[in-house]
Amino acid sequence: MTAVHLGMPKAQRPTLPTAPAGVGNLRGDRPFPAAARDALRDGQLRANLGAATTTIRGKRAGVVAEVPDWAQLREAGRAIKAATMARLDEHLEELERQVTARGGTVHWARDATEANAIVTALVRATGADEVVKVKSMATQEIGLNEALEAAGITALETDLAELIVQLGEDRPSHILVPAIHRNRAEIREIFARTIPGVDPGLTDDPRRLAMAARTHLRERFLRARVAVSGANFAVAETGTLAVVESEGNGRMCLTLPQTLITVMGIEKLVPTWRDLEVFLQLLPRSSTGERMNPYTSLWAGVTPGDGPQEFHLVLLDNGRTAVLADEVGREALHCIRCSACLNVCPVYERAGGHAYGSVYPGPIGAVLSPQLTGMSGDENDPNASLPYASTLCGACYDVCPVAIDIPSMLVHLRGEHVEAQQRTTPEAAAFRALARVMSHPRLWRLAQRAAGLGRFLARGRPTLPAALPPPASAWTRARDLPTPPRETFTQAWAREHGA
Amino acid sequence: MTARDEVLARIRTALGPERRPPAPVARDYRTTDDRPLPELLDVLTDRLTDYRATVLRCAPDAIGATVTAALDTALGAGWVPGDVVVAPGVPEGWRPAGCTEDDGRPAVELPAFAASLTGVTLAIAETGTLVLDASPVCGRRALSLLPDLLVCVVTADQVVGSVPEGLARLDPLRPLTLISGPSATSDIELQRVEGVHGPRTLVVVLAGD
Ligand code: SF4
Repeated sequence: MTAVHLGMPKAQRPTLPTAPAGVGNLRGDRPFPAAARDALRDGQLRANLGAATTTIRGKRAGVVAEVPDWAQLREAGRAIKAATMARLDEHLEELERQVTARGGTVHWARDATEANAIVTALVRATGADEVVKVKSMATQEIGLNEALEAAGITALETDLAELIVQLGEDRPSHILVPAIHRNRAEIREIFARTIPGVDPGLTDDPRRLAMAARTHLRERFLRARVAVSGANFAVAETGTLAVVESEGNGRMCLTLPQTLITVMGIEKLVPTWRDLEVFLQLLPRSSTGERMNPYTSLWAGVTPGDGPQEFHLVLLDNGRTAVLADEVGREALHCIRCSACLNVCPVYERAGGHAYGSVYPGPIGAVLSPQLTGMSGDENDPNASLPYASTLCGACYDVCPVAIDIPSMLVHLRGEHVEAQQRTTPEAAAFRALARVMSHPRLWRLAQRAAGLGRFLARGRPTLPAALPPPASAWTRARDLPTPPRETFTQAWAREHGA
Repeated sequence: MTARDEVLARIRTALGPERRPPAPVARDYRTTDDRPLPELLDVLTDRLTDYRATVLRCAPDAIGATVTAALDTALGAGWVPGDVVVAPGVPEGWRPAGCTEDDGRPAVELPAFAASLTGVTLAIAETGTLVLDASPVCGRRALSLLPDLLVCVVTADQVVGSVPEGLARLDPLRPLTLISGPSATSDIELQRVEGVHGPRTLVVVLAGD
């Protein structure tokens, strides 16, 4: 694990534009503690989440354990991503050359507003007023559906979970299974209410519900002229893009329409074709807990006679270069969105995805969202509260397939936030001292045990007086721990789940 | 400044003037799988079955008969050969008599077929993955997507052990589809349901002694 450079003055780093406010879905409207408090009162939500994350943790552990060289693959994944970031400009230029050489068109977007405008103009140029969409974090991040809607274009989500979220006029709560907060009875109710002509005898059997979605979407796939997708990977040296999925809705979108528009964050690329041999092993096992996901589609530009004959790739910054400028924080750009860290996180399991406000929830969201948007010193800045939404137990680091050191990054961002408040009050000084102890999860665990620090924090007692600046003190107050635990959370977690 | 130039300039600013060259990537993970072929065929069968695909093993000279048997089982007696659409490069000996060869008709017509029959370009044993590369024997991508039953023929010489071996043999410029079991979802209470938008049934005819 790398050392954390606490208190590296921001001024020494270049300041680059972060994701603009007022567009997209990177910020909630309330700080995490307030949002989490509501979620904690929702028994149904907690039950759904608890059951789901327990199941998926078990599946992942099983298929990871059967890979004898997992540690080597994980290290290779980390190293490839680090090497990609070190030469990001060159790899992007190469990607652009390759995609263009194979008949695609590459567009660049400084931020969400620009990306939305590009996609809207491309759709308009086709004359279509409806697009089919494959689940994509990037397009959720920029609020593309809302932008298209405003332009009179209907965006139809085709992933089953996204469809559930869209029909329920809801928000996604998990990267991989966005409707994880809904149980089958709720889903049946949403379908019965919103799908035109749905079988009135529809039951809550998952198979029947999936078939209802198949029927609902099939005709729309066949008539769609434009599809919008994200990308899991792009290979710079060949211009090959990859979409990893399960249901086949991705294949429908990538194959049937005349025009394909792919929106991709600039950090999603890998330098060489060979690099995919690492990620196509790491991702499915970490994500759905399968040896391989049912469908992976790979394509380079346009293939005459097979699939879309017009291909556009939109490369999105939206704060990513600001993240890249932070030598500690930049590791958050290595994320392959597997969601393993969500499923092991004790805070996520209780608070749920919505409490994080952003489309990126859980541990990775807690480090990525505030970096993409920047943190203000204002105590009501929702994203400034996110780096505190963690017990620093280290479980996220242990499962991360590309070994992102989320706990150290959280501590680093807490330090950044204190700095953003630009006050050298005793509070900030005390926090800095504490933050130093928190700079390494092992030290943190030792400190918790030695001093009972975790209990003080859990009670929100001012024994370490206002040591945590406002969002954090609110967070500790809001935590749903009725009595001071005899053992620290980390100890309990280790006992229940293995260290 | 164009968006392109600005984003590239931001990256250069972010990385700073003195870039350290990236550390080399150690590829000390497994890149070969030395298990003997019969064992790989067993692993492939096991993995595919685990995804709830049906695997029928046969001798190389019995592919045609096995394909027909697979269609009998999956479609029930009385299926119409013309309702089975085959990729143009599928060898004569694999095809049921009277089947329809894909002639590039509009994709909207493909869901009406009861089944499609294709070959593969290779299969990866460890992950139970078939790879189709849009070559004549695999057919265009829509062919293996729209009919509700997909029958894929894999010959033993096409089977590799691991993902790295598989990718090394593929052409990254072709449209590639990696298929590991039938279409599936786990979006409702994480309960796996086979068959959402892609073929609900996958039958693999694995030929080799
Ligand atoms: S941070 Fe790591 S574990 Fe979390 S989603 Fe990203 S890749 Fe997966």
